[in-house]
Amino acid sequence: MSPASADTPRLDFAGSPVNQSLSADDKIELYRKMVRIRRFEQASLKYYNAGKMGGFLHLYIGQESVAVGTLSLCGPNDHNITAYRCHAHALAVGMSMNECMAELFGKATGCSKGKGGSMHFFAPDKNYWGGHGIVAGQTPLGLGLGYGLKYKGLEGCALCYMGDGAVNQGAFHESLNIAALFEVPVVYIIENNGYSMGTSQKRSSAFRGCLAQRAEAYDMDWDLVDGSDLYQVRAKANIAMERARKQHKPTVLEITTYRYYGHSVADANAKKYRTPEEIENYKKNHDPISLWQRRLIEEGVLTEESAKEIDTAAKEEAAASVQFAEESPAPEVSEIMDDVYWETDNDTEASKIGRHFFND
Amino acid sequence: MSRTMLYRHAIREALDEELTRDENVVIMGEEVAQYNGAYKVTEGLWDKWGDKRIVDTPISEAGFIGMGIGASMLGVRPVMELMFWSFHSVAFDQLVNNAACVRYMSGGLINVPIVMRGPANGGTNVGATHSHIPEGLFAAFPGLKVCAPATPADAKGLMKAAIRDNDPVYVMENTLLYGTEGEVPDPADGDHVVPLGKADLKREGSDISLIAHGRSVLHALEAAETLKNDHNISAEVLDLRSIRPLDVEAILATVRKTNRVVLVDESKGFGGVSAMVSHIIQEEAFDHLDAPIRRVTSVDAPAFYSKHVENEQLPNPKRIVDKVLTIA
Ligand SMILES: Cc1ncc(C[n+]2csc(CCOP(=O)(O)OP(=O)(O)O)c2C)c(N)n1
Repeated sequence: MSPASADTPRLDFAGSPVNQSLSADDKIELYRKMVRIRRFEQASLKYYNAGKMGGFLHLYIGQESVAVGTLSLCGPNDHNITAYRCHAHALAVGMSMNECMAELFGKATGCSKGKGGSMHFFAPDKNYWGGHGIVAGQTPLGLGLGYGLKYKGLEGCALCYMGDGAVNQGAFHESLNIAALFEVPVVYIIENNGYSMGTSQKRSSAFRGCLAQRAEAYDMDWDLVDGSDLYQVRAKANIAMERARKQHKPTVLEITTYRYYGHSVADANAKKYRTPEEIENYKKNHDPISLWQRRLIEEGVLTEESAKEIDTAAKEEAAASVQFAEESPAPEVSEIMDDVYWETDNDTEASKIGRHFFND
Repeated sequence: MSRTMLYRHAIREALDEELTRDENVVIMGEEVAQYNGAYKVTEGLWDKWGDKRIVDTPISEAGFIGMGIGASMLGVRPVMELMFWSFHSVAFDQLVNNAACVRYMSGGLINVPIVMRGPANGGTNVGATHSHIPEGLFAAFPGLKVCAPATPADAKGLMKAAIRDNDPVYVMENTLLYGTEGEVPDPADGDHVVPLGKADLKREGSDISLIAHGRSVLHALEAAETLKNDHNISAEVLDLRSIRPLDVEAILATVRKTNRVVLVDESKGFGGVSAMVSHIIQEEAFDHLDAPIRRVTSVDAPAFYSKHVENEQLPNPKRIVDKVLTIA
């Protein structure tokens, strides 16, 4: 396989089978999903700044095509897991804005009952294994999801997302080695937005052409993907996912993208380590949502008017989720000890005699 | 003479003074240089000292911490910032097998003069994996020294002692203390070094001893004030400062004086520093106790994200007062 590089002539991936099979409605749905993510996150930023949330808030704005494009390819046996920048993946797999916003507000109605927060959204019923806070800590878990699928004889794959900073953790390299060695159906997706906090990729990774190329050391397939092109994301991810499902072969995909905001909302220095021109250039020329919108309008699938309607609906949905979160009850203090041990939460001997798992 | 300073600035002053004093001192970690530190502890140091002395590392805790340990064996004196002590997990092997054991395994041939520093605390609503408080964990590994300063003056003095120490010293700071203020001696009046292993009596009292470290010291002081005003109970507050070495004499002295003790410890109840201190007191000063030893710790569950609940998991002045009243 020959990877794309900056000087490869631009190919149009609209003609790839996985994109040809998209109906007009499917395409609009992809648009709607990206817009919903953006509007959800903008609403969350507003209320974070108003002091409604605790901890961190890592926004995905600018990267929407990655989560939406890859997750749109998932079938019933495909599973996924990501790091702390996890709101987009959550919404893309079909979690509701309400349960996500309520989680940010730390409310009992949140997807993790207020226990997880921004970095820890989960929906195992949607094959979504979360939001994980330790950089690269999810990479062996993604390996395990793939291993579990193969063990159970299911034809599926695991998608494991990470940032470009995560590729320097030992856990990632150990995962690649085992994935190749055991032929595990996992696709590692490096969402390369160019920065880990305030450190550019150039200052954090020794690399030749691109980060995904490291896969070669493990005799593994890899590819480089332009994240601003949704057709390309889907076309290339589909190849990797099929390789996993059909041949149990892992792949590393590096998808180039960009985050518009700081690393987290606390990171006010976003403009210090990136020039305003760089940020503006991405917003103007590479924004995955406007590019997709333009494409669909060109194709005659979408009109400016219906795009606006979709946007308005997403804004309203986000505002409603804020209201839902505001009105939801806070968790009870009595829930502190719940969910620590299965055994004490369920009707077992331990749950009856009490507290010997705990100190008091 | 002394000046009022923020805790984070007191640590920075210590780092700056040690960088000046010893050219082998190097600061390393994620975002410590160009970004000025995730918590601004190292702010300005890269501008002043440049790339050789202030080093940004990739997110590779096992790699760069191990590198620091290796360099320290050659006489470099690295001060490694862990953006959160919670990330110790990624480098655990380096922290407990290499840093802690090399000196012993080599029969004393090799020293490991490294400092690991960063915040270790709950209370910031960042969820379970970012809220570990591992002082007790690391203190359980012989070969390591562990301290947890509560005030700017102690933060500065202990940091300087840690950097000059020839053993690995793990300094547990606290994000919620970085913005607190306190008096710190002026450098013009001499070198302010707080020796490791010396507790500090932060408040004298006669009826009960509150023994704490880190941010819990502030809670204990507030509780002591309430106990005096509302209950006419005179509480003494002993700040351990160092976890290992531990100032056993100071612990026993306060217990012998007041005969009652409540231990305050932000880490979980099961195991931990206060469990060890409690054990020492009952073994060494049992006859001086007029009441059972009590503890106020974080509850035995991972940290709850929601700010509505997380604070209830942690020690606070009210919980300390309530606990004191059960034995006073
Ligand atoms: C083991 C570990 N070290 C450090 C951190 C602090 N931290 C959180 S995110 C981050 C940057 C990660 O960047 P990258 O992997 O590129 O992902 P991005 O934020 O760009 O999505 C850092 C240093 C952490 N959470 N875990």
